Amino acid sequence: MKVPILKQGDYLIASVQSVLTDLDLKQLHDDLVEKVGRFRSRGVIVDVTALDVMDSFAARMLRTIAHITKLRGAETVVVGIQPDVAFSMVQLGLMLDDVTTALDLEEGLAYLKQLVKGNSTKDD
Amino acid sequence: MIEKIIVNIGLESDIVTARQQGKKLAKHLDFSSSELTTIATAISELARNIVDYAGGGEIILKLIQQNGKQGIAIVARDNGPGIKDLELAMQDGYSTGKGLGLGLPGTKRLMDDFEIFSEIGKGTTIIVKKWRKQNAC
Repeated sequence: MKVPILKQGDYLIASVQSVLTDLDLKQLHDDLVEKVGRFRSRGVIVDVTALDVMDSFAARMLRTIAHITKLRGAETVVVGIQPDVAFSMVQLGLMLDDVTTALDLEEGLAYLKQLVKGNSTKDD
Repeated sequence: MIEKIIVNIGLESDIVTARQQGKKLAKHLDFSSSELTTIATAISELARNIVDYAGGGEIILKLIQQNGKQGIAIVARDNGPGIKDLELAMQDGYSTGKGLGLGLPGTKRLMDDFEIFSEIGKGTTIIVKKWRKQNAC
């Protein structure tokens, strides 16, 4: 199922559905890279709350998305990794070391707001 | 009760089918939700190996019993090129393809039992098992 992407102010929010194929992930990657440029977004949130399995391919794609959007000037935060999914990821050896994560959408947005604010006003 | 499911693996979309079927079958055994996720993740890795390296094969999901224990067995079978160096393939970070090199060693960590048989030019069979914890309540 294609991942819907919402534009909210300076941010893009992608809400991953439970059934995520490799093709959906590649599509999400392409869509986000294009939309970050089109909407001049400063931040991207990938919400994986509904995702029931994160395997090595999905983790690698999320990492790639985070790296590429960063090169395009937008910070990516992955939010909503469920406890069971986190448990399996650690056993598998998927640490997502260099990707910013947050508990949920709210925390993710708060993080991005702070980041963008910090970048634009030095004396804040 | 269904005790055995065979999922043909050819396209990447079959990976999702295999892990959904596996989760559905494992639910018959009262695995915890964390164990169900673990099983689905392992199936995903095994199915992806088939798609990426062998081009096609099958995943067989079975409910099993042994010495009063109940569990699920996942057999991943392909007629691909086989694995040249099994010891190397089982090392973290080793990959000949596009993966992270965590597939096989990671799957072994996810499951309770792990067996691999491979013959050059004939294919690879991997059998993994997850047992239901006896004192789970």
